[in-house]
Amino acid sequence: MESINWKEYLITRMIKVCGYSAIIFVIMIFIFLLREGSATVIEIPPDALFSTRWYPIEDYFGILPLIGGSFIVTIGATLIAVPLGVCCAIFIAEIAPRWIREILKPLVELLAGLPSVMLGFLGILVIAPAVRSILDIPTGLTAFTGAMLLAGMAIPTIVSVSEDALDSVPRTYRDASLAMGATKWQTIWRVTLPAARSGVLTAVMLGIGRAIGETMTVMMVTGNAPVLPTGLGALFKPARTMTATIAAEMGEVANGSVHYHTLFFIGIVLFVISLLINLAAARIVFRQQKRAERILS
Amino acid sequence: MRMITEARITKTHIIFLSVFFLLLITSCAKPADSNQSIPGQSGMIENKGSDTIVNLALAWVEAYQKVEPEVRISVTGGGSGTGIASLINGTVDIANASRSIKPQEIDNAKANGINPVEFVVARDAIAIIVNLENPIDQLTIDQLSDIYSGKINNWLEVGGEDRPIVRLSRETNSGTHVYFLEQVLRKGDKNDKTLFSMDTLLMPSSEGISAEIRQNPNAIGYDGLGYVTEDMKVIAVSVDTEGPFTLPSAESVNSQQYPIARDLYMYTAEEPSGAILEYLNWICTPEAQAIVKELGFVPIVQ
Repeated sequence: MESINWKEYLITRMIKVCGYSAIIFVIMIFIFLLREGSATVIEIPPDALFSTRWYPIEDYFGILPLIGGSFIVTIGATLIAVPLGVCCAIFIAEIAPRWIREILKPLVELLAGLPSVMLGFLGILVIAPAVRSILDIPTGLTAFTGAMLLAGMAIPTIVSVSEDALDSVPRTYRDASLAMGATKWQTIWRVTLPAARSGVLTAVMLGIGRAIGETMTVMMVTGNAPVLPTGLGALFKPARTMTATIAAEMGEVANGSVHYHTLFFIGIVLFVISLLINLAAARIVFRQQKRAERILS
Repeated sequence: MRMITEARITKTHIIFLSVFFLLLITSCAKPADSNQSIPGQSGMIENKGSDTIVNLALAWVEAYQKVEPEVRISVTGGGSGTGIASLINGTVDIANASRSIKPQEIDNAKANGINPVEFVVARDAIAIIVNLENPIDQLTIDQLSDIYSGKINNWLEVGGEDRPIVRLSRETNSGTHVYFLEQVLRKGDKNDKTLFSMDTLLMPSSEGISAEIRQNPNAIGYDGLGYVTEDMKVIAVSVDTEGPFTLPSAESVNSQQYPIARDLYMYTAEEPSGAILEYLNWICTPEAQAIVKELGFVPIVQ
């Protein structure tokens, strides 16, 4: 008996350490970012920092175009990936016959394993020229091209997670709905999807998280021109994201220079934005869960 | 062969590697440090910097292996700024640069106890390139400056078709970018504060520029002569409208007719000695300079 207790104690402790380590790592990363990047606030006056020109080698440190670039690419990717991903998940989970489902699911998961550099090559050589000639715009290296590729990367995540969520909705819900005389579509839209809503939302948020943090693909296909996007038309113009800026310029800067601090400051901004997205997601999921429980219990 | 694979390292890898090395340094015991304090003496020379020079540097190393098989030299790209920053941080023995070191970088180096020494190792012409379908054959420096600063936005204005101009440039950490800004956009005038048009596409690699030029008839780009291939069109350039308009070549650079040409540099942390000095001396021999010519650059000695 004693040895079991002792083992139990050890295992509990180890699991506890693993759990806390996640929090500790996040806090340590944030402290590191703050230490390296906070100097920017003193070195650059706020009106220069929030101006619209980013050209660090001549001391123009306006980060608005970069924030805007990240937003426009991410919004574009979300607009493409969410409908496609959720519909694909519904098809796999609810409509497709068993044999199609068994082919589709592993294929979608295989898509998730594609290295982002390869997608970038595909973007430069195939998608960018196609976007240019089909839409008849000056260049195919646009935010939209980046958004399409990012959508391609987010879709497997969205499909896989929402399919699991739909799959875990009890069979009885569907049977009850169909027994009440609802059609298959009404059952999916009014019963199954709301019941799986928290899982589907988690999937969407994971997808967006992947899109905003992706670097390599975006750097290769968006053209990297730091122009502040105004309106949706900017989707079809070149854009420069925060991640691409950090990746492209971090190798060059001298330690401790203003430019170096500013790149870390951009890192802080990126960190805060993804934190906010996650917090918002957590709130929505929590609220929806309560409502779904109320409706369905 | 190991060196060739290393040259293909991208920026993300560099960041990755630097994190890795950071971990390595912190976990390493003292003896490793004493080795590092005598660069080159251990027979391993770290050579890093300009993407323009990286193929040339690799070809030199390959040839030098036959002359001095004992000396190991590793070559990586990343851009002139990256190479000089590494020299300042003490992680490389020789930095390659396609621009001369900035006064601010010298100050930074001195603050770290490093006195960079400059060597001109070759010359390079910057070719202005467009799509094969583009009917334009020649441009003046003024026109190039107006195109890149955003004053000219349609090919019609320089005698071409009615198409929007898509400007392609290297990233700001590229020595080619800085050289182009100073010598073409600002025409060599130190007080000129002209900047690249905001919608200039900043491509992370020469290959990115080539790929876009090949398929987009709206595009204009610039790159080292060594990167120009058959499937793009090189524009003849002149200082003023009278001409002569010259195409970049070894002859037109050495006779100083082609206006957009520059020196390529190597920097060492201190006055070089031992293996590094021997290597730099060898680079100036006709044998090494013959390789320069083969790769489309311009040799410093014939």
